[in-house]
Amino acid sequence: MTHQKATQPFIKITDLQKFYGQFQALHDINLAVEKGQILALIGPSGSGKSTLVRCINLLEQFQAGTIEVDGIEVKEGRNLNKVRAEVGMVFQQFNLFPHMTALKNVAIAPVRVRGISWEEAEKKALALLERVGLSQHAHKRPSQLSGGQQQRVAIARALAMEPEVLLFDEPTSALDPEMVGEVLDVIQKVAETGVTMLIVTHEMSFARRVSNRVIFMEQGRIIEDTPPEEFFGCGPKTDRAQLFIRSVLQGHPDAGLTAPLQVLED
Amino acid sequence: MGLMETFFNLDVLHSSALALLEGLKLTITLGLTSLVTSFAAGLILVLGRLYGPMPIRVIAIAFIDIFRAIPLLVLLVLVYYALPFVGINFSPFWAAVTALSLVASAYAAECFRAGIEAVAIGQFEAAKALGFSWTDMMKDVVLPQALRLVIPPSTGIGISLIKDTALASVVAMPDLLKQALQAQAFYANPSPLIGAALLYLIILLPLVRIVSSIEERQKRAAGR
Repeated sequence: MTHQKATQPFIKITDLQKFYGQFQALHDINLAVEKGQILALIGPSGSGKSTLVRCINLLEQFQAGTIEVDGIEVKEGRNLNKVRAEVGMVFQQFNLFPHMTALKNVAIAPVRVRGISWEEAEKKALALLERVGLSQHAHKRPSQLSGGQQQRVAIARALAMEPEVLLFDEPTSALDPEMVGEVLDVIQKVAETGVTMLIVTHEMSFARRVSNRVIFMEQGRIIEDTPPEEFFGCGPKTDRAQLFIRSVLQGHPDAGLTAPLQVLED
Repeated sequence: MGLMETFFNLDVLHSSALALLEGLKLTITLGLTSLVTSFAAGLILVLGRLYGPMPIRVIAIAFIDIFRAIPLLVLLVLVYYALPFVGINFSPFWAAVTALSLVASAYAAECFRAGIEAVAIGQFEAAKALGFSWTDMMKDVVLPQALRLVIPPSTGIGISLIKDTALASVVAMPDLLKQALQAQAFYANPSPLIGAALLYLIILLPLVRIVSSIEERQKRAAGR
């Protein structure tokens, strides 16, 4: 999948509209993501950031507009699984396959989708588990692992497909606080490999540290699209984003956060 | 005649034992054949019902509803005595397999549906996000979890099915019940019927017990 032109963005979202019945969840989304960029999508709960990343691999249907990944339009049909194979996803609830060991969770997709042998896939899977610090847990089932360990296996599972893009849908929101750090560390290490990432997160200091582009969303619209130094440094341009940041700092419930976070002094 | 000689007449039981065992063999063959057919058909039905194009869905739903509503005995008589009028002739064995499978597959389909619908939506999403084909998603991710969940109710369906094989004696199948009835008439003594009842219990009681213990184990696992 290297047939994209140099000028063309890797992910191109044009005039995207998404409805849940009468409710419009996404309004006129236009977004171009270059290869290697790391986007942090932030905003209040219900602002549409999860919905947006879930549209990119068509886990959510959209009603109007287009999404292209590496020049391939994302829509039902023969090419969809090709796109999905290049777009890895890490879910809030991990969604590991509970009837498989950690190793098989990581190995199965390359076998089924890429057609490589089990032997080769398991060798690769073991190396990936090593990379996320879990090689000694390779033969455990997900139910025998902690939340943080499960999410690290899930990241390894996504990496096993060697995707061009990784989508993270609130990867630490379902974790106990003491496990957030280990998962963020792994994501940071992955970010350093240069893979393109879109990260939906409520962890502001992490967003600032790892991303090179901050997308602030509210009510289904992209309100701001700025570098993190600007967004977190001199403060957001728009009133809404400023209000959000302030409420995050105060642990305001409207921001969908449970605890105050040190943001600006990070 | 005393109670023992009437119902537990060892001489009669001894003489009829061979016939009863023949009948038992047939009952088990009939039960297992119908079981395999109906579970395979049930799986196809539920996939058609949940994921097929609209016409297939409608047909699957109609099939499932009709065969859950019709009494098995009526269906068996229809298959064996009515279908020959349109040139479709089944042997007693295949008539019984057909009737039993039509009904049991409808129940199996509903049972499998409950299992598939109980698999978390995140499991489907994870498989799709990795690029799995629909077939691989069902085979590797969804069905292994769904079928494990419905082991107790589907074993229940299997138990009913084996019990219902007794109805096949209506279409002159020399199954366990029929053999017992014949022996009872021959010896003018009901002991073979008691023998048949005991044989049914011997094969079915352990299954009933197994279902209960699997249910217990799943309940404990779910509560953990």
